[in-house]
Amino acid sequence: MHEYSLVGGVVKQLQASAAENNIKQISRVALVIGKLTMAVPDALQFSFEAFRKEEPLLKEDAVLEIREEPVIGECKECQHRFEIKDYEFICPSCSSVNIKLVSGRELYIDYYEGE
Amino acid sequence: MVKVRLATPVLQDNDEAARENRELFRERGIFVLNLMSSPGSGKTTTLERTIERLPEGLRLAVIEGDIYTTRDADRIEARGVPVVQINTAGACHLDARMIKPALGDFDLGAIDLLIIENVGNLVCPAEFDLGEDARAVVLSVTEGDDKPMKYPLIFRLARVALVNKVDLLPYTDCDMEQLGRDMALINPELEVFPVSARTGQGFTLWMDWLAEQVRNKQAASQR
Repeated sequence: MHEYSLVGGVVKQLQASAAENNIKQISRVALVIGKLTMAVPDALQFSFEAFRKEEPLLKEDAVLEIREEPVIGECKECQHRFEIKDYEFICPSCSSVNIKLVSGRELYIDYYEGE
Repeated sequence: MVKVRLATPVLQDNDEAARENRELFRERGIFVLNLMSSPGSGKTTTLERTIERLPEGLRLAVIEGDIYTTRDADRIEARGVPVVQINTAGACHLDARMIKPALGDFDLGAIDLLIIENVGNLVCPAEFDLGEDARAVVLSVTEGDDKPMKYPLIFRLARVALVNKVDLLPYTDCDMEQLGRDMALINPELEVFPVSARTGQGFTLWMDWLAEQVRNKQAASQR
């Protein structure tokens, strides 16, 4: 359940940014997570709710919005781009296993809203 | 209402600390291995056997991550290897910020190889870079051959997999071919060593690999 520490990191960054931007209360936070991270959306939501109770910067009805990014690979042999399903890092076009990961490891705060 | 775009990585603090750790290890020419597995796979026994087989003159130190106890650290210390225990007090993984203060307890000039034994867990530790050179996953045949597909990230990011307890293969339903195929699909560059930490089977190749990494790291640091 490392999602709790991940959300802890999110809150810390929100505190710093809110102070810079003179924002007192945050009502929405948008996170982007790739499907090749081990962060589970439900566990992130659960952790966010726990932080929301303690952290005055987060409004009591603040929303965590999670956007999931697919796992996309690019074949280093034939440059074919494809979605990697079932963690099979193999090119459907030329069967090469020499695959560069293009997306799927994202884990970042996209934006937040507040006043 | 104001909307602020950030695009800040959630793990930014960790990744910065990992970069600093990595830079320190590079300067000192220390090869660092992040050893990960599920609980009960035989990580600590693998480490004990590794200590026994260490080539003459190769100086090892160990960081032991454990949630509460010092049992694993006691086992390592009993073998005369410098060890620092990090109790995560409930946290399911080590992060890079925990490693830095622990390094202050070692004489870094007298270490060639640092093995960091992570908390037993195939999920959370995968997400946290500690500044290591390579990650090794220990997977025991008694856990079943479905582990790579269930925990793909840890296998994707690892350089080495030690498939442990192969002496027990006749008593399990673990299909080594299936296991090998799945690991190769997730990570074609993964180096796989079938071993038994109990009997020492397979350790010659593993120790050769480890010694080679240490030599390469030292050579790179002297350039």
